[in-house]
Amino acid sequence: MGFFQTNLPYLLAGISTGGQYALIAIGYTMVYGILRLINFAHGDVFMCAALMVIYSVSFLPLYISLPLAVIATGLLGFAIERVAYKPLRTAPRMSAMISAIGMSYLLQNLALYVTGGLTKYYPPVPYIADSIEIFGAMTKRVTVITPFITIILIFALVSIIKYTKIGIAMRAVSRDFETAQLMGVKINSVISATFVIGSVLAAIGSILFFSNYTGVTPTVGGMPGLKAFVAAVFGGIGSIPGAVIGAFIIGICENIIKGLGWTTFSDAFTFVLLIIVLMFMPTGLFGEKATDKV
Amino acid sequence: MSNTVLQMNDITMQFGGVVAVNSLSMHVDKGEIVSLIGPNGAGKTTAFNVITGVYAPTNGNVFFAGKKIIENHPTGKMKKLYAGTDNGKYTEHLEPTPDQITKLGIARTFQNIRLWKSQTVFDNVLIAKHLRRTSNVFTATFRLNRAEEKRQREETAELLDILGLSAVKDNNCTSLPYGLQRRLEIARALATEPTLLLLDEPAAGMNPQETLELTEFIGKIRDDFKLTVCMIEHHMDLVMNISDRIYVLNFGALISKGTPAQIQADPAVIAAYLGEDKNA
Amino acid sequence: MDTAKRKDLILSFVLLALVFVITAVLEMVLPTTSMLFTVLKKGSIYALVAVSMNLLNGFTGLFSLGQAGFMLLGAYTYAILTIPVKARATVYQYYDGGIIQFAVPVAVGIILAGVVAAFAAYLIGLPVLHLKSDYLAIATLGFAEIIRAIFQWDKLGGLTNGSNLLRKFPIFRSTLFPFFVSGLCIAIIVLLINSTYGRAFKAIRDDEVAAEAMGINLAHHKRLAFTISSFFAGISGALLAMFQTTVQASQFKSAMTYEILLIVVIGGIGSITGSCISSFLFIACSEWWLRFLDNADTYIGSYHLAMLRPGFRKVVFSIVIMAIVLLYQRGIMGDKEFSIAGLRRLFKGKKKEAKA
Repeated sequence: MGFFQTNLPYLLAGISTGGQYALIAIGYTMVYGILRLINFAHGDVFMCAALMVIYSVSFLPLYISLPLAVIATGLLGFAIERVAYKPLRTAPRMSAMISAIGMSYLLQNLALYVTGGLTKYYPPVPYIADSIEIFGAMTKRVTVITPFITIILIFALVSIIKYTKIGIAMRAVSRDFETAQLMGVKINSVISATFVIGSVLAAIGSILFFSNYTGVTPTVGGMPGLKAFVAAVFGGIGSIPGAVIGAFIIGICENIIKGLGWTTFSDAFTFVLLIIVLMFMPTGLFGEKATDKV
Repeated sequence: MSNTVLQMNDITMQFGGVVAVNSLSMHVDKGEIVSLIGPNGAGKTTAFNVITGVYAPTNGNVFFAGKKIIENHPTGKMKKLYAGTDNGKYTEHLEPTPDQITKLGIARTFQNIRLWKSQTVFDNVLIAKHLRRTSNVFTATFRLNRAEEKRQREETAELLDILGLSAVKDNNCTSLPYGLQRRLEIARALATEPTLLLLDEPAAGMNPQETLELTEFIGKIRDDFKLTVCMIEHHMDLVMNISDRIYVLNFGALISKGTPAQIQADPAVIAAYLGEDKNA
Repeated sequence: MDTAKRKDLILSFVLLALVFVITAVLEMVLPTTSMLFTVLKKGSIYALVAVSMNLLNGFTGLFSLGQAGFMLLGAYTYAILTIPVKARATVYQYYDGGIIQFAVPVAVGIILAGVVAAFAAYLIGLPVLHLKSDYLAIATLGFAEIIRAIFQWDKLGGLTNGSNLLRKFPIFRSTLFPFFVSGLCIAIIVLLINSTYGRAFKAIRDDEVAAEAMGINLAHHKRLAFTISSFFAGISGALLAMFQTTVQASQFKSAMTYEILLIVVIGGIGSITGSCISSFLFIACSEWWLRFLDNADTYIGSYHLAMLRPGFRKVVFSIVIMAIVLLYQRGIMGDKEFSIAGLRRLFKGKKKEAKA
């Protein structure tokens, strides 16, 4: 019982962080599935979502500013795709990736300018940021409800992809970009939809994440972004359930490592995992095998 | 046997449950021009990819100049999926990489031209000489290999001269007309100093006049460079004109072999190309 | 033709010597605190690391994002090995003066910085170099982060001083020092690129399958490019340590790699001279020329420019970079090189046009 009680907070925190990573990872995996692009700016979109809430809450009530920020983040995702990736659609893959890195640089510098380099603090969201006690351990309610919110959102997303027209189009495009285009799929709206969905989920993830860790700096999106990407690779890039499972595993492992007193290595661990996955199962848990044609 | 350059035994190549090449045995003798023909998807290019080390075969082995260079048999998951009858004839796992095969003296061209696009005609050929170097990265960087560099440049110039590409040697390779690009691919393959040359559809996309020139050209380089040639081709006039022997593949399996005259008369070949006449 | 080439070569050397002389004179004339020297020093260090990254990304087609990690290795190796024995007690004050109790000469330190980075690259290359484009990028990025974590680990404090600064190692004062070291290293890279190995690298970049079919051993050549590139990244790390006078692991984040990548892109992927020019431009813009944008008390007439305040410089700067990435994808030089012969051609071409 003693062991359980000392480690429970870490396990809970792990599940919760995992849920937050999952919401970010979906954006990575969907974009990669369709464009074969690592959207390096996605972590910064996540950070921008937090800043939007922080700034809008100063003149709007929280119950308006939260949904507003989610919508605005969706639009931001849309705008990023239109500005930074659409012009490079026929360019080599490396160009789009460089553009993504440039976009990330731009968003971070914008945030630095707006915040003046000071750490901003996330407003406490009533109910989810309240402290509660489970099994004798003190934690915030967000820790407990995150996995449920994540799972509900993922069910919604999977239904969209399975049953709606745009979802079918997404699957077609991720299978074969050119053929889908020839078959009359409006490629631009599919890609835009993907970015909007990914960004909206990242925004929701950011509400949950920053209710827990309240400090927001311009570079705060970098690490969760990279970890979510690793989760997506771990699960098999392009696979939504894969990304979610990968995110939970990474979130839990990371917090247990912190619990063991190895905080210096909690970030590095993610990358060790990444490299092991890439070496021994390059297509991840649920990824499809791709071969080069000679 | 001493006259055999290439010998393939029971080569089977499976991708999961799909059998691309099914127990193919064939041989190519010194100085011969042997053609591999068959409908699209018959497994011809796959056979080339096995010989050149791009794919490790599922089963079978390959001898080159009397030496075993490739051998494999199904293991692990493949054991269950394997469609052939493996009688345990092949026991080794000998899976060289393509560059090792090329070093032994087998060079190839590609069906869809794969020149190094940012390079000039001259450099495309010169780079192919890299594998015959004796310098290491240190001596090459600090120019301690001047003599070798000079020799390789001279050989490259000479090769381009023989193949009639001298006039365009400083052009970017992508600026060449299609026929010359194919010729440059052959030049590049020759630069690796092969004894066996594998040509994958050298006449693809050529008009009858160009095809005729190519026929002469292949015969000429065979004689000039003392080569053995094995090629995949769809232009039947070219194949029938130039080949000493022909192998016919259909759905991965060998359906006929022999001299051009024998192949032209073989009902199995005609059926494979034209379909069976059900009314007859 | 050959004599013309030789003439150009001599001319290039004369120009280079001229640059050195002018810099030397400037150092005597201008105050040492002048921003110009900061830009020249840091610019030349970044030029070296940018060229080393270009060797991989531009010439071999390996999209690696590990440069900051290898610079960290170089910087730490240099600092750890060259701190004078007497100063170790104060530097490693939390770790009983550290476990190393000797110091090597500066030149040896710099070379070892490269060797350690190269050795690490060799080991890292074994598992990751067969990965395809973006997977390779993320794996190398991951290794850089792992290296950073290891160097911040307090259990290794006796060696790395944990997350504390390393300082008191020998530094340089004159701009000519980084000029000379970077110049020498870049010259070696140029020689490599123009050798038979460099041609093989380019073949791998253009078409891997064809390169392998023509007898180029992919694993061997990729490893060579990766190791050599990291060697020079390590040396630039050592120079950076000397320039900053202190070293701390937390500084070598992926953001640093991104900056170097952007320098390479702006200069033109596959152009050495492009990387050099853009390093100086990049450093000059970010450290010097755009500084006025950060000045909050800027007025046009009596109108206060409210937009200008700290951080605005970086926003403008990143917008410019995005514009280059999107609208001017080939960068300053494309994959061409700046050369005397090229200049002459350009000049002659213009003349011909004028005649016609």
